[in-house]
Amino acid sequence: MAAEGKTIDALSQFELTHIAAGFTNSNLFMVIAGIAITGLMVLGARPRARVPGRLQSLAEVSYQFVHGIVDDQVGKEGKRFFPFVFTLFMFVLFGNMLGMLPYAFTFTSHIAVTFTLALVVFILVTAVAIALHGRKFLGYFFPEGAPLWLAPIIVPVEVISYLSRVVSLSVRLFANMVAGHVMLKVFATFVVLLGSLGGVGILGAAAPLAANVALVGFEFLVAFIQAYVFAILTCIYLHDAVHLH
Amino acid sequence: MDAEAARAIGAGIAVLALFGVGLAMGNIFSTLISSVARNPAARDTVFPIGILGFALTEAVALFALLIAFLILFA
Repeated sequence: MAAEGKTIDALSQFELTHIAAGFTNSNLFMVIAGIAITGLMVLGARPRARVPGRLQSLAEVSYQFVHGIVDDQVGKEGKRFFPFVFTLFMFVLFGNMLGMLPYAFTFTSHIAVTFTLALVVFILVTAVAIALHGRKFLGYFFPEGAPLWLAPIIVPVEVISYLSRVVSLSVRLFANMVAGHVMLKVFATFVVLLGSLGGVGILGAAAPLAANVALVGFEFLVAFIQAYVFAILTCIYLHDAVHLH
Repeated sequence: MDAEAARAIGAGIAVLALFGVGLAMGNIFSTLISSVARNPAARDTVFPIGILGFALTEAVALFALLIAFLILFA
């Protein structure tokens, strides 16, 4: 990866730095995200105008958007899970979006963070399923009407697919964020490396620069889509837990 | 073989999964386009499902990318 002794250092942007003892830049941006979400919802709900202003409509739109997801996916029983899904969606969304600011840290780019979020979802879903269905929850791993001799094949497959939800949910978000930011950094380094050649190189540097501008737009889209997917998959799992298939 | 070269080759092989992902993404969007073209009124219901499919498929590509990074840097 070396070019004239300069290297593309794409991964250093994910390194944790300690601001105070036990408090890293990742924690700092989680706190900022929490304050921003609270500020948006509290300040947005304050005017209670019939014709909402900008802040109020932003708060209302995000509320309605998540409410729509929960209503569509989980149904009537989903109402009590709405605060959870809303919190999760806003936290992931703000984590992704804050990471797009220059010099900001993307806390969703760490598997430790996303895995914890996915584990919370997984434990909640399992607890809800057991609380609602008791022993019948085990029937989830063996569909009704399947011939009994298939059980040794179906049950392990179902158990593994159930457990792998945690991994796929967390790795999806984490890998998306890492891949996106690495791509941005690599293209940005191309610009610098080509530009440092001078002459034709500066002209050539325009291409990766243009690509980077497009990529930033794409990354904003990805930041939103991943938060949306995280929320919608949580809702799908909750639907499974409430209805068992 | 040099370990560094083997790593680079391994990372290259790991992202061969993109072959399937490319096919799948094309499939998703061609189906999305044709269903919206057939029934434009269905756009609002079909579009989120298409985006969900896109994100789920993209995740496969990223799993492959993750493996490639693990081979290269870990």
